[in-house]
Amino acid sequence: MSEMTFTLDGENVPFEPGQTVMQAALAAGHYVPHLCYHPEFKPHGSCKLCTVKINGRTAASCTMPAEAGLQVESNIEELNALRRTLVQMLFAEGNHFCPSCEKSGNCNLQALGYDLEVHTAGFRHLYPDRPVDASHPDILLDFNRCVLCELCVRASSEVDGKNIFALSGRGINKHLIVNSKSGLLVDTDIALTDKAMQVCPVGAILRKRVGFSQPIGERRYDQRPISAQALDDAPRQADASGNCAACEGTP
Amino acid sequence: MTDANTKNLETAAYPEGLRRVAIDPVSRVEGHGKVTLLLDENDRVHQVRLHIVEFRGFEKFIQGRPYWEAPVMVQRLCGICPVSHHLAASKAMDMIVGATLTPTAEKVRRLMHYGQILQSHALHFFHLSSPDLLFGFDSDVAKRNIVGIAAAYPELAKQGVLLRKYGQEVIRITAGKRVHGTGSIPGGVNKNVSSEERDYLLKDIGQILTWSHESLTIAKQLFEQNLDVYNTFGTFKAHTLNLVRADGALDLYHGGLRARDLHGKTLFDHYDYSRYWDVIFEDVKPWSYMKFPFLRSLGPEQGWYRVGPLSRVTQCDFIPTPLANQARMAFLAFAGGASAGATLGFHWARMIEMLHAAEMINDLLHDPDLQGNDLVSKGERQARGVGVIEAPRGTLIHHYKVDEHDQIIRCNLIVSTTHNNQAMNEAIRQVARQYLDGRKLTEGLLNHIEVAIRAFDPCLSCATHALGKMPLQVELLDADGERVDVLTRGADINCNSTG
Repeated sequence: MSEMTFTLDGENVPFEPGQTVMQAALAAGHYVPHLCYHPEFKPHGSCKLCTVKINGRTAASCTMPAEAGLQVESNIEELNALRRTLVQMLFAEGNHFCPSCEKSGNCNLQALGYDLEVHTAGFRHLYPDRPVDASHPDILLDFNRCVLCELCVRASSEVDGKNIFALSGRGINKHLIVNSKSGLLVDTDIALTDKAMQVCPVGAILRKRVGFSQPIGERRYDQRPISAQALDDAPRQADASGNCAACEGTP
Repeated sequence: MTDANTKNLETAAYPEGLRRVAIDPVSRVEGHGKVTLLLDENDRVHQVRLHIVEFRGFEKFIQGRPYWEAPVMVQRLCGICPVSHHLAASKAMDMIVGATLTPTAEKVRRLMHYGQILQSHALHFFHLSSPDLLFGFDSDVAKRNIVGIAAAYPELAKQGVLLRKYGQEVIRITAGKRVHGTGSIPGGVNKNVSSEERDYLLKDIGQILTWSHESLTIAKQLFEQNLDVYNTFGTFKAHTLNLVRADGALDLYHGGLRARDLHGKTLFDHYDYSRYWDVIFEDVKPWSYMKFPFLRSLGPEQGWYRVGPLSRVTQCDFIPTPLANQARMAFLAFAGGASAGATLGFHWARMIEMLHAAEMINDLLHDPDLQGNDLVSKGERQARGVGVIEAPRGTLIHHYKVDEHDQIIRCNLIVSTTHNNQAMNEAIRQVARQYLDGRKLTEGLLNHIEVAIRAFDPCLSCATHALGKMPLQVELLDADGERVDVLTRGADINCNSTG
């Protein structure tokens, strides 16, 4: 049987049945920018950064099943301009002060900004008033930096079995909430070892008292841009029962 | 100087009908400030004020943030000597986490700090002040800048640039970046200095020591050649404040507080800075965003003081490196000691400190503790932390209160330039009396005011916790506030950065 392929920016990309366009592209060494997609979780399709053109129509590559003969366009200026705008909107919507953020250098949003060459703010910042939840003795929840990717929601529910996080509200008022009577993290059974602690792509869910302990130069995106790092992460896929041998110890 | 005189020039008895001249903003200083003069119809000076017109609010918006963020966030006050804030905040946080620093952590931090002293003092002497000192206070304004220096004295300009570069490299290696690094953390540092990094810095330290010594010689010669002007220009006696080591030595990283009055009498010595508020208080005046600190025992009217290189070099018992100590002895002995109180003596003292910094860097680079791996310590958690350091411009105080959730609930910063607020006002009033009173104002005469301010190397950005570039505009207004004349010039150097 001949290998099934689709084209991505003119190059043939092989795929296996059941793979999405994103999974096949990453596995074949082609980077498609993304934020809410995580190789260990079911695709979510909410951040829209991975939007590509398939046979001329736009679609989220993380949710689109791969099919033979698809003509996919990703790394084109039209889409990259839209991606830049999306990143600018995410920065404008929250309070992302990279200069003093302990996630700087390890942050996917910042790394995407650099990789997509987002050089300007683009929009007037909204400066929302979002108090920090520091109630938990070991974990800091900084809502200022949440990008609503729901990775913590998915990890807490699907892996930890705790359902600690959820999104509430609509549109511009959508926000992350904590599932406890007081609404505070201290009144949940979250643990440092939870998967939900490890998946936040930005500096919203943080282990306390370890910020800045990693020197500049040794942080995740100091040496290699996110476009290269994402390809290394790609093989980390869970099997049908949710196990992932390659995932241990990785964020 | 009598109080009556001080007050007289701070607030005119009858401001109505006086002509107002503004130097706005003051140039070749870090940050944004202005000077206003009130003159009568005979050009007699009635009021002189240095205003700081920016407000930044760091003390407020740090509230609610986790304490380990403070050393990285608060350093954004400044692009010139952010390391000072980085380290002062770290020292405060050392208290919060109950840490006693490991030898490696303290020495890496010290190396970072002396790298900063070197780069900041080089920047000030060569980029900001040398145009006044080498060309003359009222020389051609078009050439009185670093570009003019580079054209007339190319080797000297290059030396200044490379001295600064070396300091920045020391900072990069210890903090991770040349500006706004993250090397110092609560309880220690996040990296050591590898033997490769040490060898890289050792390669040029001999040249840096030579150049620092030559820079000191230039500062000394300028004084010798213009003794009358240098000894009297904006000169006044002031109380002093600085840190000293337990044995009385100059120590820019750590020590106890020493204050002496204008007659040299010790007011307090080796005072534990973690209770600085028992000896220092801050006054507020309606015409400036910068506070006016004073020594409590002397009160707000009499208690203002001077900090920075001039205070440190003259008030320490000795400098613990041989070349700088020799230079200190020569400075104190020069002209019967009169120069030690001169406003322009700052430049000489600053170059003594730059040589000291180069010697300290050399010593530290030969210390194997820099390659240690024991980087962080902690102990019993505390609710209050105070960090004090001798920044390039003087004593810097950081004070935080942290709640049980690790959030900062209170922050007070008393920055070097703030300590010098009244002293700078006093210096420009003195210059106004000496040079401007009764004379037709020219750009060159007004520059005398700026020369006095620059001697303090003020960082107005830090002092109001402000940021800006410094084109200069002088407006001449008549008694009704109508503009009669205006002098404008572009920025000499944009030396302030958010990094």
